[in-house]
This record gives sequence, C-alpha cells and structure tokens, in this order.
Amino acid sequence: MNTSTIHTDLCIIGAGPVGLFAVFEAGLLKMRCHLIDALPQIGGQLSEIYPQKPIYDIPGYPEIKAQDLVDNLIEQARPFNPTFTLGERVDLLDRQEDGSFILTTSDKTQVHAKVIIIAGGLGCFEPRKPVLTNLELFEGKGIHYMVKNPETFRDKKVVIAGGGDSALDWTIYLANIAEKVTLVHRNETFRGAPDSASKVFDLAQEGKIDLILSANLKEASGNDRLEKVILEDKDNQEMILDADYLIPLFGLSPKLGPIADWGLSIDKNAIEVDTRDYSTGVERIYAIGDINTYPGKLKLILCGFHEAAIMMHSAFKYVYPDQKLSFKYTTVNGVNAF
Amino acid sequence: MELIKFTVEDQQGARQEVEAPTDMGLSLMEILKASEYPILATCGGMALCATCHVEILEGQAGLGDATDVELDQLENLPEYFPTSRLACQIRIGDQLEGAVIKLRGEDVV
Repeated sequence: MNTSTIHTDLCIIGAGPVGLFAVFEAGLLKMRCHLIDALPQIGGQLSEIYPQKPIYDIPGYPEIKAQDLVDNLIEQARPFNPTFTLGERVDLLDRQEDGSFILTTSDKTQVHAKVIIIAGGLGCFEPRKPVLTNLELFEGKGIHYMVKNPETFRDKKVVIAGGGDSALDWTIYLANIAEKVTLVHRNETFRGAPDSASKVFDLAQEGKIDLILSANLKEASGNDRLEKVILEDKDNQEMILDADYLIPLFGLSPKLGPIADWGLSIDKNAIEVDTRDYSTGVERIYAIGDINTYPGKLKLILCGFHEAAIMMHSAFKYVYPDQKLSFKYTTVNGVNAF
Repeated sequence: MELIKFTVEDQQGARQEVEAPTDMGLSLMEILKASEYPILATCGGMALCATCHVEILEGQAGLGDATDVELDQLENLPEYFPTSRLACQIRIGDQLEGAVIKLRGEDVV
C-alpha cells in the first residue's frame, strides 16, 4: 500500500443522489465515506443529463429541480465531511487479508475501505461498438474507440466511422496530422454541428480527406495488426481501404464497466442484491440505487434512499465489529458532525 | 380499459401478438419489458442508451416524427434503419393498433 492511499470506512462508487444520501445515513452511524465518480462533477445523471428538469416524486417536495436536489443532498451530507475522487473510473478491486479492500482508479488513485457501496446508477458511459467482422481481433491493434493522443496517428492511414459530432471533429483535427483520413458515414448527410459538416465537405472537395457516404463497415483484416478495412455500400458493393487505424465513433452507451468482473451476480446489466440489506453475493460489497435489481425493483431515487438507510445498518458490523448498533432518531439525537 | 393489439418480432424472428392498454400512459418500451421481452432499457426511458431500439415494420405513419433527442441516439447507432425508433419514446395509443414491431436492441446476455 503506498503512502498516498486514501483511507476510509466506506467507499461509495457513484456520487449521484443515492450515493450522497448514503453519506448522510453512514454519518448517523459514525462511518466515514469517500466517493468516486467517473464524471467530473458531483450529482450523477441529475447534474450531467437533466439538471434543470423538475422531479415530482421526492417525498416532501411537490416539485424540485434535479440540480437543486443534488445541492440539498450535498448540504445534508456536509456535516459528515465526505471526500471525493472525481473524473476517475474504478478499475481494480483487491481484497486484503483482513477482508477490507483496495480500489484503484483509472488514474491510479488508491482507496482503502472496509466496505464498498456501489451506487453507480446507469453505470459508466462507454463507446458503442459496431458490428464488424474481426472487431475484437484488432482492438488495441489498430482499432481505437477514442482518440487519446492525436500523435498516435501522425503520418498514418486512418479510417474514421460515424456521423456525429465527434466523428466530424476528429476528421477535421486529424486531417492535418495523419497521412490520410477517410471518413465513412452510412448516410448522405450529417446530424452533427452544421459548421463541422460543411468543413468536412470542404476538406473532401479540396482532396485533404476522403469522404465515403452511404457505406457501412463490414470487416477488418490484417496479420498482427490492422491493415485493411472493408466497407459495403448501399448496393452491397465492397470497398477495400488500406488502414493503419480504424476509429469507430458511434456514441456512448451506459455499461457496468469493470464492476462486471468483480464476481457479482449480474442480471440484465444490474447487480442482484439481497433485499434484507442490499448486500451483493460478495461479502462487504453492497449495491444500492438504479444499479441494483431484485424482485419488484423500481428505479426511483426514493427507493435508493430507502436502500441506503437499510444497508448502512448492515455495513456497521464491518466498521465497528465490537460495537452493538442501536437505532436512533435524528429528532431525538440530532446530527452529530465529524 | 382500452386495449390495442400489435405484433412483436423478437431478435430470433418469432412473432407474437401483444395487447396493451392505451389509458395508462405507458411507453412501448414499458410494455415490451412487462411482456418479458429481453430488452435492457438501461436508462429507464430517457432516450440515453438506445437499448430499446426497435424497427417499426408496419404502422410507422401514425407515430409522428422522432424528436431530436431520439434521433441523436438512433443515428449514432452502428446499425440504424429508416424504420428505427426508440421504444421508450413511443406512447401506447390507438395509432399502434395493428403495428408490427421488430426488436433491434442489443441482446440481453
């Protein structure tokens, strides 16, 4: 364990409404929380996707804007001083001899926790993969789903597939870097920003890129690495392109991500839990909110709140194995900050 | 309760008639899930994941145009057809009577 490891009682994966309320429920039981979220800000879907949309089914609020609910939840959790790692995805889970865990993120941040709570909502948004013969064979060997470092493509032959903003933007950007850029799109027109679309048509006119419309990806081929991309046009005619790289850009889709490999029981992209305490089949790992499933499950924020309260009473035994838990009301005991 | 009937073709090509109430404000995605078709509908109906992708093989005319949010998702899909829609964005109503709907969303593993 390196010295920069963050130590906490509970590590909550997902800083959406349910993860935030879990901090409050944990705090009432004197358990400290660290939250990790792949998004760069707190609030999950509510802040990322629909901050200004009203929500009508939060008890006690006839109507509340999503971002206002997040702000209130942050305020409610504040006495318990949660800490955050944002913009990083949890990649690795290592069980320690004493039963606790060390989590490692995509940026190599390490968190040591006695209990893990997965409150990951829809999961993380990952690139959508096209249906293409030999796709898996050349992943990382010429097929990339995102552009991490544009220099990778300097003086190379690059095929970009897709019609959205990112396909247009990267075509324009890489036109000056790569030896040759070919943009393949299945329609005649682009729905991306009109400015970018006309720029792409201009580049094609000037001969700086190749633009192939009304065509679909069919097959990737090569030996150790990608060498050719085979397309099919609307008349089922094949076209073969020499390519060092293929970048399919078909948007993002929510997936469980690395969590799917943690030995948890998964049904239809959701984690199966025991409704007595929302525990997963793996000791010391709980799942609450939209990411879990059980008979009768409703993907509602208020159900996630309920699950958070119940599961904290179960997790208490791992943080304070020698103490007996007594149930207390906030109206009687107040909120004791730490 | 008002009921309509339409036909659903699953990923394997098997067709079956499905009945749905028009007065409960349900979406086609919700009816498909309730009928235990293997669709993920991960985002719960917010046009975010496109896992409820369907093709309207018959009865497209009465449905009206897809919104921009829906088209953004659909046109980004690796496989997309002129008849493609997101089931979560279609309300169950009389216009679906007799429609034929083919499931296109990724198979549930």
